[in-house]
Amino acid sequence: MKRLALLMLLLVAQPLLADSNLPPAYWANRQLPDPAQEARAQGLMAELRCLVCQGQSIADSDAELAGDMRDLVRRRIAAGEKPSAIRAWLVQRYGSWISYKPTGELAAWPLWLAPVALLAVGAWMLRHRFRLGTRK
Amino acid sequence: MAQGALRMSRRLRFAPLALLALVIAALIWRLATPGDSNVHSRLEGQPVPQFVLAGAMPGKAALSSSDLATGHPRLVNIFASWCVPCITEVRVLQQLKSQGVIVDGVAVRDRPADVAQFLARNGDPYERIGSDPQSRLQIALGASGVPESFVVDGMGIIRYQHIGPIEESDVSTILAKLHEAK
Repeated sequence: MKRLALLMLLLVAQPLLADSNLPPAYWANRQLPDPAQEARAQGLMAELRCLVCQGQSIADSDAELAGDMRDLVRRRIAAGEKPSAIRAWLVQRYGSWISYKPTGELAAWPLWLAPVALLAVGAWMLRHRFRLGTRK
Repeated sequence: MAQGALRMSRRLRFAPLALLALVIAALIWRLATPGDSNVHSRLEGQPVPQFVLAGAMPGKAALSSSDLATGHPRLVNIFASWCVPCITEVRVLQQLKSQGVIVDGVAVRDRPADVAQFLARNGDPYERIGSDPQSRLQIALGASGVPESFVVDGMGIIRYQHIGPIEESDVSTILAKLHEAK
């Protein structure tokens, strides 16, 4: 019984197997000494999507790959690269999927047009309402 | 006019219900055929990014981008000793090697001793292995996980990306892509 319980505990330990034995990259969880650079890095990291936990930004994710991506972002910012250039470099590799910042590409048009369309529908419905009221 | 509007609103009454039916239909459709959550590299058809990796273990040749433009198509396999699906994949890679495929490895976030132990235990299909301790090459290639494999042609152009372990059932596809890359 005890042995079975111990074996069952092994099931809980399984997720550990998905991680490497190496410590996090140097800049994964360390701030850049220059506050302005760190702010730029933070801004970009909050808008980059984690490849492992696909609903999180790399700033929020605990995945090792996200840590390595934070290291990459901070290194490049420290080297003087612009956030937009780093984002473009990643988009070149992973597509616009990697960036949370909405773009003007065709697939994103419904996103931009939806609020306008909803406002128009709302206005039309209101007009309808007012008209009904005056006729009563 | 008011009557017309009333008739209109009577028909509109069912609009929310129709909308609900539409949403439920969409949910059922997506549950039945889940979308592809894999992130595909955009570098297919592009040259391999410039890189130089150190050797992943003593006694094994290192890997750099110039090693991938040798006139022969190669299979670049991103793996790790800590990656469980990689254990079964190595066997398939050896099968590919026995069929004349040149397989190179990129060991992600790995230590030399671990790589050596992994290969001693599971077999070694690799011609060269580069070490990628901070996943930099992995990111530069547009790969999102371990294992992944890239078919690279003799000019160093990425021809095909395979996401996840290469299984027996994938061998024919990989061989065909390598043949196309000739």
